[in-house]
Amino acid sequence: MPESAPSGQLDDRPSVPEQRGTDGPYLRVDDLRVRFDTEDGVVRAVDGVSFAVERGRTLGIVGESGSGKSVTSLAILGLHNPKRTTVSGEIHVGGRQLVGLPEAEVRRLRGRDMAMIFQDPLSALHPYYTVGKQIVEAYRVHHPRAGKREARQRAVDMLGRVGIPQPARRFDQYPHEFSGGMRQRAMIAMALVNDPDLLIADEPTTALDVTVQAQILDLLADLQAEFHSAIIMITHDLGVVSQVADDVLVMYGGRAVERGSVEQVLRRPQHPYTWGLLSSVPSLHGDADAELVPIRGNPPSLINLPPGCAFHPRCRYADRNGDRSRTEVPQLGPAGEDGHLVACHLSADDRTRLYAEDIAHVGVAR
Amino acid sequence: MARFLIKRLFSAVLTLFAVSVLTFLMFFALPRDPVSGMCPKNCNPERLERVRQELGLRDPLVTQYAGYMKGIFTGRDLGSAQGGRCDAPCLGWSYVNNEAVLDTITRVLPVTLSIVIPAAILWLLLGVGLGMVSALRRGTWLDRAAIGFSLTGASLQLYFVGAVLLLVFVYNLRLLPVPSYTSIFDNPLKWASGLVLAWVALAFLFSAIYARLSRAQMLETLSEDFVRTARAKGLAKPKVYGRHALRAAITPVVTIAGLDVGAALGGTVITETTFGIQGLGRTAVDAVRAGDLPTIMATVLISAVFVVIANVLVDLLYAAIDPRVRLG
Repeated sequence: MPESAPSGQLDDRPSVPEQRGTDGPYLRVDDLRVRFDTEDGVVRAVDGVSFAVERGRTLGIVGESGSGKSVTSLAILGLHNPKRTTVSGEIHVGGRQLVGLPEAEVRRLRGRDMAMIFQDPLSALHPYYTVGKQIVEAYRVHHPRAGKREARQRAVDMLGRVGIPQPARRFDQYPHEFSGGMRQRAMIAMALVNDPDLLIADEPTTALDVTVQAQILDLLADLQAEFHSAIIMITHDLGVVSQVADDVLVMYGGRAVERGSVEQVLRRPQHPYTWGLLSSVPSLHGDADAELVPIRGNPPSLINLPPGCAFHPRCRYADRNGDRSRTEVPQLGPAGEDGHLVACHLSADDRTRLYAEDIAHVGVAR
Repeated sequence: MARFLIKRLFSAVLTLFAVSVLTFLMFFALPRDPVSGMCPKNCNPERLERVRQELGLRDPLVTQYAGYMKGIFTGRDLGSAQGGRCDAPCLGWSYVNNEAVLDTITRVLPVTLSIVIPAAILWLLLGVGLGMVSALRRGTWLDRAAIGFSLTGASLQLYFVGAVLLLVFVYNLRLLPVPSYTSIFDNPLKWASGLVLAWVALAFLFSAIYARLSRAQMLETLSEDFVRTARAKGLAKPKVYGRHALRAAITPVVTIAGLDVGAALGGTVITETTFGIQGLGRTAVDAVRAGDLPTIMATVLISAVFVVIANVLVDLLYAAIDPRVRLG
């Protein structure tokens, strides 16, 4: 077996019985693996990832494109094409294990217990139906007995709740008549119309301009406080993570390379890849002329992952442990502090020293 | 929406005007004398000259054109040799057929409509249906069979398919009568049995294009984000495919269908000839052969009207399907 999180690192409770328990994390993902069979070979998009999110908490999943973060979220919702995708491991949502469940049963949870907000609301909303109609549809599919008027009222309420002015008038407009920020609000209203306990936001602010980004993040935080839902925030933007996340999972090449609280991962990062992410983002408070240090090279091919540590071809410190980086897959293990996990061959002392010497003064790492 | 419609209708009228002028000019640019065709070989020059006078061929072209257009909108007096008073919409008198052109048209137009409309319904249902099935069952034997079917249809010619159908169903199996036209109001069963082979042949050839087009469109739409959103809401597959994917995939099909049907209504010469049915298309070809200007004008104008109406309808349908078009 390649690396997988030793079970019970973060959530060492006995396994939740198969019912909608109120205690324990609302979402628990254990050793999730997602494989696509393509003509070019098998793509290991997610390769043994584990994490958990409790109600009222936000997990930020960070990584470059192709790191497996979106694939993970689609796997939770069961949206992969079963003909070309193999999903294994366990996904517990509200105590129910979803992997291997018939499509009809997963479908009943989709949009009701777990909902998703997509990156680009313009392409994610249907261009030919009014915004209101699409929200009503999302509501009625899980409330088949709801009347037209009731569903409409509910949709208008939701539009108002997410901060869309004149919701009753906007209800009858089409997505193209909305501005980008308003569209994303409408998308959020649609996702929340059934009070889901789990909300997955896949780069919800990437397509928006910066001033609107902050509003959307604030809105999500407000709504989370109100509905007490578990949120997964998928992003490549560390600024977003620092604003909204309680916990952070850093993914690289389909594997988890670092996991911990937002404080731990952003203030005392342990993995060279996380360091790279931090030192390639400019800091508002730093010296404007200071050079940023980008991560050299490109994300790896998921068909042909580098042997050993997938990050080693891009890692400045790969040679410090002889051949180990090239031959042995590092396991996600304790990084020192409680609950902080890292998958790296460097010793704890090395990591602390290298971070202080090379990284701590660059970019937002400051 | 009203402005959109008015704009479209205005350009439609302009198009028709241009078509009528062009047809008129092209006819007189032909190197043959329109009168010689309607006069026996032993015509003497005086008689030819008299006929020319009678037809107004000695008048300037503008006068002739104006007279023709006046006939369409208000009717006109054609003289005793051409049936006397001709009420609006007067399309003139054909010396070749020895009847008012309007009578010819009212006789052959229902034939073409009877061939094209059922065939179009058939080819759209078959084509779009096949396309959808093969897109949703991509890579299965069903998909391959549908692709094979449409490839065959796209590679064949109507006169070949028509001849094979005639040979098998009419002459060998004797399941169907020799194709002919009966009015649907006289005998619907005879109407259908006389034309069904023409429908099948047209549908086979046309549905091929529609199957391929709608398959490609559907596959493209299925990978759209909004289809994923529909699934993420928890909608069942029939709703995701039927309501969300199909509506977006169908738009380009509507465009092509409108143009095809419009063009086909202007005459399906090859189909009519293959099955020996006298419709608008054959009438037009016959008129060109005989140098019969009034009939040529009428058939060309009617074809143009169909194409223009089809275009306006496509635009309206487009606006009905895609709200983003309505702003334009």
